[in-house]
Amino acid sequence: MATSVINTYSDPSLPEWMSAPHSTGTSIMACEFDGGVVIGADSRTTTGAYIANRVTDKLTKITDQIYCCRSGSAADTQAIADIVTYHLNFHKMELGDPPLVETAAAIFRELCYNYRDSLMAGILVAGWDKKKGAQIYSIPIGGMVQRQAVSIGGSGSSYVYGYVDANFKPNMTKEEAKKFVTDTLTLAILRDGSSGGVVRLGVITEAGVERSVILGDQLPKFYEG
Amino acid sequence: MSSIGTGYDLSASQFSPDGRVFQVEYAAKAVENSGTVIGLRGKDGVVFAVEKLITSKLYEPGANKRIFHIDEHVGMAVAGLISDARQIVETARSEASNYRSQYGSPVPLKYLNERVSMYMHAYTLYSAVRPYGCSVVMGTWTDYEGPQMYMLDPSGVSFSYFGCAVGKAKQAAKTEIEKLKLGDLTVKELVREAARIIYLVHDELKDKQFELELSWVSKDTKGRHELVPRELATEAENQAKQALADIEDSDEGEM
Repeated sequence: MATSVINTYSDPSLPEWMSAPHSTGTSIMACEFDGGVVIGADSRTTTGAYIANRVTDKLTKITDQIYCCRSGSAADTQAIADIVTYHLNFHKMELGDPPLVETAAAIFRELCYNYRDSLMAGILVAGWDKKKGAQIYSIPIGGMVQRQAVSIGGSGSSYVYGYVDANFKPNMTKEEAKKFVTDTLTLAILRDGSSGGVVRLGVITEAGVERSVILGDQLPKFYEG
Repeated sequence: MSSIGTGYDLSASQFSPDGRVFQVEYAAKAVENSGTVIGLRGKDGVVFAVEKLITSKLYEPGANKRIFHIDEHVGMAVAGLISDARQIVETARSEASNYRSQYGSPVPLKYLNERVSMYMHAYTLYSAVRPYGCSVVMGTWTDYEGPQMYMLDPSGVSFSYFGCAVGKAKQAAKTEIEKLKLGDLTVKELVREAARIIYLVHDELKDKQFELELSWVSKDTKGRHELVPRELATEAENQAKQALADIEDSDEGEM
């Protein structure tokens, strides 16, 4: 008896979302404050219009004090993050010291630039090291690297550039920075269909990392008409 | 300590019955016959001084330097077979360059030291090659780790030092270095001390002429390894010559 195999990728009778690539539609953000850096992301992964994961963790640990925020193709960014983590762990053993954030950014860049034609990845590398303290390196699609005091990324970021430019202040306290990131991401989530769910936060300082989640009903309220 | 390892000293891939690799020990002998190199690590930087022996008056002054720049921030002073040492310099430069290219920042000295040590050690494992007949001293200063200095020998072993000496007069030099409170001295003071020690330990009878090479890397040079500026170097040399003359003039010439 012949069994028929459905090829999800080419069968036109199947809905589009069964064959669309997983994308982290996304709103991500990183912000320096006095003594550390706050990172944040939404939690929605979409395949087409279907929300494949509504509680995604897009803040990925690279080392104890270096994290990255992932946007773009979920598969690409996960693969890249895994490779960078491998390299940095090795490097950490050779060095005998925690790796520098700029080193992590350089390794991310090598991959994102040299394979730029095959990848769709926009990454924010953020962390703390003893050489330069708190740092954020933005690596958008194409593979350039730029250090910034505050950086946003993902499809939702387009809607909040104005808000960030108007409200960012250097040398904020930790609490001010957390509120700033939460507010910005909430606004992005409200306007971007590919972003949503909860807001995940991370605070990286000399002492280490604190992770937290702000659930949907606890997000700040803004004008919704 | 020296003994002849007849029969067990033909290649680096052989141990002697008492557990020694003679080829490596012979390589160290080559280093012992070279002009003295001193490295001093102080409060805010590292200073190198090299007794560069001149075997002919026909040589151009300043030829065959024994202090090299590895990257902007790392200096290397060498003792032993100079052409072997030049290969080590090339290797170190290549490592430093690759690190910068891969990781986007200047190579940390600890890492560079590991890489060069492992490279030198590799040449002590095989019969097809001989060990490098040179010892090298590497130093740097960074604002987040301060001054650092490592000395590597032909066996591939390396240590981090506050003060080190290698070459002909290393014993006498070490004795002098031990008298210093290195942690309290600035690089300007170290330059004077290094010049004084080299002049002190130089053997006038055996080796007539020598050139003093001085280099430093410190907070004042902003972490760049440079040859000590001519005026300061000349001043340090004159003071060293004066100190030597004072000792010779005094009743009890204390060496």
